[in-house]
Amino acid sequence: MRIRDRFAKTEARVAPYAFVSPFFIIFAIFGLFPLVYTAWVSMHDWSLLAGNQGYVGFANYRELMQDSDFWRALTNTVGIFLLATIPQLILATVLAQVLNARLRAKTFWRMGVLLPNVTSVAAVGIIFGLIFSRDYGIVNWGLGLVGVDPIDWQGHRWSSWFAISVMVDWRWTGYNALILLASLQSVPKELYEAARIDGASAWRQFWSITVPMLRPTLIFVSIVATIGGIQLFTEPLLFGSGVNAISGGNSGQYQTVAMYLVQQAFTGQRFGYASTVAWVLFLIIAVFAVINVALLRRIKSVD
Amino acid sequence: MKTKNPLLYVGLIATLIFSAGPIYFMLVMASRTNNEIVSLPPPFWVGGNLSSNVNRVFDNPDVLFGQALLNSLIVAVVATVCVVVTSSLAGFAFANLKFRGRNAMLLFVIGTMMVPVQLGLIPLYMLMTKLGLNGGLESVTLPFIVAGFGVFMMRQFAEQAIPDEMIEAARVDGASTFRIFFSIVFPALRPAAAVLGLLTFMERWNDFLWPFLTLDAEHPTVQVALSRLSSGYYSDQSLIMAGTLIGTLPLVVVFIVFGRQIIGGIMEGGLKA
Repeated sequence: MRIRDRFAKTEARVAPYAFVSPFFIIFAIFGLFPLVYTAWVSMHDWSLLAGNQGYVGFANYRELMQDSDFWRALTNTVGIFLLATIPQLILATVLAQVLNARLRAKTFWRMGVLLPNVTSVAAVGIIFGLIFSRDYGIVNWGLGLVGVDPIDWQGHRWSSWFAISVMVDWRWTGYNALILLASLQSVPKELYEAARIDGASAWRQFWSITVPMLRPTLIFVSIVATIGGIQLFTEPLLFGSGVNAISGGNSGQYQTVAMYLVQQAFTGQRFGYASTVAWVLFLIIAVFAVINVALLRRIKSVD
Repeated sequence: MKTKNPLLYVGLIATLIFSAGPIYFMLVMASRTNNEIVSLPPPFWVGGNLSSNVNRVFDNPDVLFGQALLNSLIVAVVATVCVVVTSSLAGFAFANLKFRGRNAMLLFVIGTMMVPVQLGLIPLYMLMTKLGLNGGLESVTLPFIVAGFGVFMMRQFAEQAIPDEMIEAARVDGASTFRIFFSIVFPALRPAAAVLGLLTFMERWNDFLWPFLTLDAEHPTVQVALSRLSSGYYSDQSLIMAGTLIGTLPLVVVFIVFGRQIIGGIMEGGLKA
């Protein structure tokens, strides 16, 4: 009996660790280790096929700072990110407000809004590639009806950024609207009632109640959008076509940093240099996340 | 009282057209010939070539589309089952058991949700080469059999679904922790486990970057097969669109059947973070 008791005690002490260990072990091997090891590889001349060719210190970082292709990719990434994220957050907030009204067929509208998110990123890239096609795309056809000449969407910087931003927003606006809606539902309805009695317009209610109440959730949503947006890869890859899609257009006008990373690693076979790109990208994400929080903190909260 | 403001419904219908439009457009193009796709004005209604286009996708010897569908199913199911089990175990431990270092470890789990671990893809590629797994389905499954989001979600659910007294009572009866988990906790966690399973399945099915880099020509997933279809030398749009339709359809069906649960899961997840 005593042995059984002791066994039970030990089991109760060890079990929690046994239960959490699968997560920590697998994450350590396939998540944490590769991320940290990236910093080590970035300090080496490391080739895809020949392996480690020796320690080079910060030489890769110095080269990266002088690399105009990298800076162009970074400009594209940040440009697309801003062009996509700012309208997306505004639209998602408005949409959340609309969905928070007492609607008929609530679930139907919510499903309609979320539908694009079910579509894979690869499919989005392919479908919108056709929609924005120069010669027979539906967008150019529509523009033609109102007398606008066909636009070579892939051909120019701004137009390609715009098309890619549309893809990102199509897939994510509804998703974010639902997250914002969840947080809106916890806003006491009396707050709106009181504002209405005081004669506040719908617009005023939106700015003075909805936006401040949503602040914590907006911060969360924007951080998630930042992490995803700065790593943008699939939409621009499949927006272009042909075997050289990784270069993001014939003069790299929509190549993102993540595409440049993959190009350096696998086309250029430079693992060390590509790891430098990855590590710098990591830092950029951290910086943007901090900027985001700082900006959104400035929204006044409801007193 | 339901709202009668017609402006709201106009706005919602416009949103719906915008969100469903591209998917409908895909269906239209998948059912047309290449000549019809490049004609102006573009076709707006479903045509008669759907089945012949779909057949051409499956008959294409370069992309192994049928194999790709099966591969995606295998990868997504294995990862989903593993994520649900490991997340339930860890979530239960964090919510209902007391142990040293619990809070620090939980903080770490939450931290993993905010860190872009995909950026470690170069060492991950090297690691998979060392293990001899590059190119095969194991390489796109193994890294995703656990998920910080899942652990966190199950913990939040377990905390409110499983009262401490329930566990105490079972312990007094002499049940081991493992026994408690399998006979009491896991059944109670089922609703959350189902939602986590749906979200994980969709995420795995749609995964692109890592599979695109590591999988070889013999082991494509659907998304990789799609990118191969679309990056061919020849541009066969009706073929590409039919492939895209087939690759998207399974998730649309899952979404229509389980939409309410998926929406619930996403809204809960955002609220708690």
